[in-house]
Amino acid sequence: MRVNKPPLDDNSEPRDLTTLRKGESAVLDHIDLPEDDARRLMELGFLPGHLVTSAHAAPGGDPKVFRVDGSEIALRRETARHMFLRRAETQA
Amino acid sequence: MDDCHAPEGSAAASDTKTHLVAIVGPPNAGKSTLFNRLTGLRQKVANFPGVTVEHHMGRVKLNLGREVFLVDLPGVYSLQPRTEDERVTHDVLSGDMQGLRKPDAVMLILDSTNLGRHLSLAAPILSLGLPTLIILNMADDLGRRGGEVNTEELSKQLNAPVALISASHGTGVQKVVEFLSEAVFHEKPKPPLAQLPIIYDVPKVRDWAADIGRRTNYRPPAPPLWTRRLDGIFLHPVFGPLIFFLVVLGVFQTIFAGARPLMDGLQAMIEGSGKWMEAALPDNQLRSLLIDGIWSGVGSVVVFLPQILLLFLFIGVLEDSGYLSRAALIADRTMAKIGLQGKSFIPLLSAYACAVPAIMATRTIENKRDRIATILIAPFMTCSARLPVYTLVIAAFMPDKPLLGPLLGTRATALLGLYILGFVAAVITARLLKSTVLKSTRSPFMLEMPPYRWPTFRSLGLRLLDRSKVFLRRAGTVILGVAVLLWVLSNLPLHDGKTPEIGDSFAGMIGHAVEPAIRPLGFNWKIGIGLITSLAAREVIVGTLGTIYAVEGTSESVGLREALHMDLTPGGAAALLVFFAFAMQCVSTMAVVRRETGGWRWPAIQFAYMTMFAYAFGYLANRLVTAWI
Repeated sequence: MRVNKPPLDDNSEPRDLTTLRKGESAVLDHIDLPEDDARRLMELGFLPGHLVTSAHAAPGGDPKVFRVDGSEIALRRETARHMFLRRAETQA
Repeated sequence: MDDCHAPEGSAAASDTKTHLVAIVGPPNAGKSTLFNRLTGLRQKVANFPGVTVEHHMGRVKLNLGREVFLVDLPGVYSLQPRTEDERVTHDVLSGDMQGLRKPDAVMLILDSTNLGRHLSLAAPILSLGLPTLIILNMADDLGRRGGEVNTEELSKQLNAPVALISASHGTGVQKVVEFLSEAVFHEKPKPPLAQLPIIYDVPKVRDWAADIGRRTNYRPPAPPLWTRRLDGIFLHPVFGPLIFFLVVLGVFQTIFAGARPLMDGLQAMIEGSGKWMEAALPDNQLRSLLIDGIWSGVGSVVVFLPQILLLFLFIGVLEDSGYLSRAALIADRTMAKIGLQGKSFIPLLSAYACAVPAIMATRTIENKRDRIATILIAPFMTCSARLPVYTLVIAAFMPDKPLLGPLLGTRATALLGLYILGFVAAVITARLLKSTVLKSTRSPFMLEMPPYRWPTFRSLGLRLLDRSKVFLRRAGTVILGVAVLLWVLSNLPLHDGKTPEIGDSFAGMIGHAVEPAIRPLGFNWKIGIGLITSLAAREVIVGTLGTIYAVEGTSESVGLREALHMDLTPGGAAALLVFFAFAMQCVSTMAVVRRETGGWRWPAIQFAYMTMFAYAFGYLANRLVTAWI
């Protein structure tokens, strides 16, 4: 687990969804998954440019529930780690 | 009860053609609630030809004795189908569904508390060009949480009528009925299409929906506070699993112990009425067929009805309240270890009562491969019909000695061992399936957590009625046929006009014929007969052995235990237990698997696999025990 990452600078790797701590929000940047999976995730609200908030999780922290576009969707770690967040300076 | 007619049936009476209206919407928008509200008991379940997806058809009575047919379609997020369910919705709406014509109108039902996202579905639906009513559901929730929307403006923007309703409370439903008469009986020139985005581009569609939302002054409601509070408990790192465990225990206890008195009562009723008929009818072959064959044969399956209803009551409450999604979330990691997912958990748990309702309960699993894998392993779980067989054989061959003080005896340990054996076989099979034929093609697990809601009696009642009809229709057809067949096998051919001894009947002949094949397991022809009759329901073997040994045929009968002990070697007894733990040995399960998978392919594979599994391990058990003793 990458918990205590130093503040991001421009050259660092983009953070993925799994690094969001409970209650933390960030803007989704892109989804690195095959097209029809990405499409379904977008239909569920995981749209680039939209805010994602990490909510509750199953015991052990996987799967995790994310609040996005008015609903709560649970994703497994294996999916969430392919979804990347926009860098800190662009966060609202 | 008034059974609904097929569309081509009597409904054509009042009009030259019957009108068909489809209900479409995203999952959790309240489609079924509205459907139930509009049709009530005038509905039936059906399967489309060639697919396993079930759909509900129902009639709505309008004024002047007119009526329209409603079809409730599977929930979709868009018209780009990903699953079999979604393909059904797509095909019905585009008129490509075999056996159902293109609907005359569409009712699009959306959750008004989440309109931003749900409105996205309006774009592909409106572009179909059918008369469409936009229904904004959960109006009560929207108002209570301080949201609002200008429905007149929305109607103008989308060029379609809009109704704000609460399907669970019934408010605004009158408007929906008015639309139905309008749309199908007063043919109007088609309204010009609203300005629609390119429907293949999800972000563009979402932007369009947001724009419509802005123009209609949509104010999203405040977050559902109660849902968040409840999730704070139900998904709490410590209390969450604890509550989950209690719920599981509750389900288990109810379907196991709670259903017992009801099942015993039903059993007594079936037996009592059988005795009464026996006294009332003349003693002949027909009476025997009617009572020993049909009445007790079908009865041996119908006694499971209380268990099935209780289970579905539980599942109904869990699903309608929103807890089922949380339970699936909590169980997901454990289930992922055997290649399945959280939603497989409740069906597999139910299979400890009976595989039939468990297999019907797999409907909540959207992923088709996961669903089939769950269906295929469910019969390995130790169902309650195996218990009488286990009890009899264990008691006949194993003295009850304390193992761990007074708490755990040898017999209880053996029973527990058999439960574990079934579970292990299920895990092995699941892993085998999920790493070969049913390997999930990188389909990610996505599970929506709906807000918690109170389940309504209406929806629970209709669901129970629906499941009972499905189950009893099974009992009335397949199981009835099997009961008659088994009676013929055990009561014919006649000897001097009299029923033969069971050893001389067709069943006896088959028993003798299969004896060479089952001898390696340590079984003789008598067990062979039992294996055949137990296809009706596993516990029937107990009664059959009672008939063969001419002693009282119950698992508590000392006479039967002694007779079995004399007739069977310890190796054969161990093989019998193992065989019953693994073999499919249940026609009802096969029938329900056929229904749920849409053909004989999967039940045939399952039967062959489980029988081979049972045979191989039965053989092994026989050899091991014989060598050891």
